[in-house]
Amino acid sequence: MSRQSNRTTESKKMNSELFTLTYGALVTQLCKDYENDEEVNKQLDKMGYNIGVRLIEDFLARSSVGRCHDFRETADVIAKVAFKMYLGITPSVTNWSPAGDEFSLILESNPLVDFVELPDNHSTLVYSNLLCGVLRGALEMVQMAVDVRFAQDTLRGDNVTEIRMKFIKRIEENLPAGDE
Amino acid sequence: MADDALFEFLHMEMVAHVYKEQAARTEMEQERSTCVSILEGMGFRVGQGLIERITKDTPSFKDDLDVMKFICKDFWINIFRKQIDNLRTNHQGTYVLQDNKFALLTQFSNGKQYMEEAPKYLAFSCGLVRGALSNLGLDSVVTAEVSNMPSCKFQVVIQKT
Repeated sequence: MSRQSNRTTESKKMNSELFTLTYGALVTQLCKDYENDEEVNKQLDKMGYNIGVRLIEDFLARSSVGRCHDFRETADVIAKVAFKMYLGITPSVTNWSPAGDEFSLILESNPLVDFVELPDNHSTLVYSNLLCGVLRGALEMVQMAVDVRFAQDTLRGDNVTEIRMKFIKRIEENLPAGDE
Repeated sequence: MADDALFEFLHMEMVAHVYKEQAARTEMEQERSTCVSILEGMGFRVGQGLIERITKDTPSFKDDLDVMKFICKDFWINIFRKQIDNLRTNHQGTYVLQDNKFALLTQFSNGKQYMEEAPKYLAFSCGLVRGALSNLGLDSVVTAEVSNMPSCKFQVVIQKT
């Protein structure tokens, strides 16, 4: 082959562009499929959830992270291990509520919005809402019900992107009767 | 630096969404082709964007074959972490790209059982290739076929203008 490839080292980076662009194409398609932004947000969350429930297995298998003892530890694992592994970023964990059941993930940069500008007629679209679903789905599979939403978004003119997570309850495993 | 798994899951959700959306609205007969074309269209856009960035500092191509080699190698490695295993051409504008272990099919079991489902999961990739070629100045028709999971053949027919 005549062409010299000097780009193999960059291949990891390119792959993130594939993800970013594909996600963009998906959101565009959803905007075509649904009348209003609310529906799109809901659908993104649902798709994220489906991804999350599967991704958690991949995560646990590869990260060799053990059981978390409290919600603070969970927060750290999400920020420092999970985000790092899948998106290559490390959000900071801040704004803990006094009760310790609610915190914020602050994303300095968000790879999902790398090439994105929101048009004026989509002011209520939460572009990266997929992430909320992913977090919700993944945590549900480790017996934690959480509420996840975007509090701030750089796409909408805020300085940072902030994801707010609230612990709701521990999901008890209901074993079928007679099953030990 | 998105992980492969993330892309694969996203792709699955995309396919599932497009098919569910379609089933909810129009008549049965047209369904199949439109779903494929929606996915193909999404891939087309993504392919256009990617090739712009991948070819940023690449010297210009001598001929069509050179372009195809680039697709088989650099482009494929960038997207699927491996290169095309076999490229054949009739030197009249038809190219067959064979990938013996196509990334988006590796989640399927290897038997014949899910053969019918395979085209759903190839449409987006066909679009990627067509989009990339289109931005390199080649109009093409890209189709894919699977005879033995997870290997897959993409046929590219360059349209003469």
